[in-house]
Amino acid sequence: MDAILLQILNGLDKGGAYALIALGLTLVFGTLGVVNFAHGALFMLGAFCAVTFNKLLNLESVVVDPEKTTAWGSPLETRTPYVEAWLGDFGVFLNDYSVPASIMLAIPVMLLLGIAMERGLIRHFYKRPHADQILVTFGLAIVIQEIIKHFFGANPIPQPAPDAFAGTVYVGQILGMGQTLAYPWWRIVYLLFSLGVIGAVFAFLQFTTYGMVVRAGMHDRQTVGFLGIDIERRFTVVFGLAAVVAGVAGVMYTPILPPDYHMGMEFLVLSFVVVVVGGMGSLGGAVAAGFLLGILQSFASMNEIKSLVPGIDHVIIYLVAVVILLTLPRGLLGRKGVMED
Amino acid sequence: MFNNPARNDWMLLAGFSAVILCLPILLEPIGAAYPALMQKFCIFGIFAIGFNILFGLTGYLSFGHAAFLGVGSYAAVWSFKLFTMNAIPAIVMAVFFAAAFAVVVGYVCLRRSGIYFSILTLAFAQMCYNLAYSVLTPLTNGETGLQLTLNDPRVVDGLFFEPSAGLPRVDLFGLPISGGGYAGFYLCAITLIVCFYIAMRIFRSPFGMMLRAIKSNQNRMRYTGFNTRPYLLAAFVISGMYAGLAGGLMAATDPLVGAERMQWTASGEVVLMTILGGVGTLVGPVLGAAVIKYFENIFSSFDDHALHGVLGFLPNSIENPIVSFLSLFVGDGWNLTLGVVFMLIVIFLPGGIMEGLRRIWNLFNRRPGNRDAMPVAQTQPAE
Repeated sequence: MDAILLQILNGLDKGGAYALIALGLTLVFGTLGVVNFAHGALFMLGAFCAVTFNKLLNLESVVVDPEKTTAWGSPLETRTPYVEAWLGDFGVFLNDYSVPASIMLAIPVMLLLGIAMERGLIRHFYKRPHADQILVTFGLAIVIQEIIKHFFGANPIPQPAPDAFAGTVYVGQILGMGQTLAYPWWRIVYLLFSLGVIGAVFAFLQFTTYGMVVRAGMHDRQTVGFLGIDIERRFTVVFGLAAVVAGVAGVMYTPILPPDYHMGMEFLVLSFVVVVVGGMGSLGGAVAAGFLLGILQSFASMNEIKSLVPGIDHVIIYLVAVVILLTLPRGLLGRKGVMED
Repeated sequence: MFNNPARNDWMLLAGFSAVILCLPILLEPIGAAYPALMQKFCIFGIFAIGFNILFGLTGYLSFGHAAFLGVGSYAAVWSFKLFTMNAIPAIVMAVFFAAAFAVVVGYVCLRRSGIYFSILTLAFAQMCYNLAYSVLTPLTNGETGLQLTLNDPRVVDGLFFEPSAGLPRVDLFGLPISGGGYAGFYLCAITLIVCFYIAMRIFRSPFGMMLRAIKSNQNRMRYTGFNTRPYLLAAFVISGMYAGLAGGLMAATDPLVGAERMQWTASGEVVLMTILGGVGTLVGPVLGAAVIKYFENIFSSFDDHALHGVLGFLPNSIENPIVSFLSLFVGDGWNLTLGVVFMLIVIFLPGGIMEGLRRIWNLFNRRPGNRDAMPVAQTQPAE
């Protein structure tokens, strides 16, 4: 029982990342009709926002004290990050919480990047075939990836979770199911965070006038245009929003997986599978499929199942995608008439 | 004199063969005339021609072609290990296994079209890559890569020759193929010419017309009573066989295969080559492959030091910023250059280099009623 619960938890936090990326992909696809292969790169950019923020916080002043020496005989160096020197306790706090705090940096950066990307590039590809859209965004993904590699190197850069969340939490105790089930705090935080973001996006689309117009535009952009609404502009904002969602997903994922320059590509392939399984253009489907595939993947990597079907953990997602695509052409929750073929 | 299409084709073939066979002389001035590199041109040329038969003719964008290349490579190395060091059986095995695999993958993936097809092929390729790294380790030797060893059985060779000391070389009835000699290059070159000829025949055949018709409007084809799927499957398998052949040659010239050859970025590379050269044209993919491999070679060998050497005549205050900017694009940054060039091509010149050449040609030969020797390439989705 514990093992099963553990696998579900494992799957949920990975599924959270898939769901967030897939949500953005679907949003862009549903509004702009563009297949964005650079979306994984946006996830990766978000993760590197966290890295940059952490680096900025850790800019330090070095004071060499010639009077005192260390045990090795060299002069003692006192290093204090500027933030701590200037802001005192709050600086220490900020340094500890650098990962969640870097969301503050990631949101404006990703929003601007997303809008620039849509205005500068994607806009010119609305009328071009899907193959061209795939190709140009694939090229863009390579470019972003290589620029990041140039500035941050090819090695993963680990990011610490805040001390308060660094340990494990005894989930079993909380649920009253025995003592043994322990789980990393940060992963639970990530799960809650992703649920929160997903909820926020849905609320935005469902309960605001702005979101209502966007949904109307997804349905029939021409009619919305006839009503005198500048739908293009709203769609640009939606693209920015999708970029932000991918970005913050990347930021919060850094303590779980140290970011490197090609993490985006790995997540992208899986997220596409998620989108397709959920149903092209269906937001709910993307989220559901994200969590579902995350859980399936973590179950497949249980030792009992691996010994039954060797290698299943590596292929389960793709296998499910193939089966779903062949049996349910619209995916799990796909709408009728959206990219059926 | 250009009115006879059959003669035009023969002239194209003759010209193409002449260029390929004379590569060692032609490439001398630009410093690329060594067999190991020219071999790569030919192998990737074959790969890209095959990819173009699928993408250029039918419009189905496959993101998983590297899987066939990988299967071909593994099959070829197993042939070296188990039977003989002769290149011919290895290549035959490579093509055969790639074809068999393509039948299976194609049968499943071709049930969908458009972006779904791309994602399905991508899923298959990733699946193969993951399997090659994990469960199939006895077959693929995992991360180390499959290579020849001293205690391979080599049944057929064992009947005829005394095993020599050291690792044997891949040969073609005595000619050494592996190790980067001219024999290896000419094997690849002749294969490329044969492949080019076959592709040309496919382009000009009724079968090729059918594929083009599927690309321009599949629904209409269906309404007129054609079952398009067998045609698509045939195109898919042919293009998979080309990929397998390329993989076999790759293994013959360097019998060490790693799973990263199957990764989807490798599939992306052949897409880049084909687009860069010109989708749907005969010569384009080969040209694209050669250009990418050539510049990869040049750019990767550049570094800051070399840049300083080239720009040394500038005053330091100007030189340093320029060098630090350019160093983004050379050496390890070669992929960045590739990405930028690729984006520019897709945005401004969707027909690739071939379309660029044609535009230049038309600029100088503006005659009324200028015929188009080859249809202008357009990448249209298979929808």
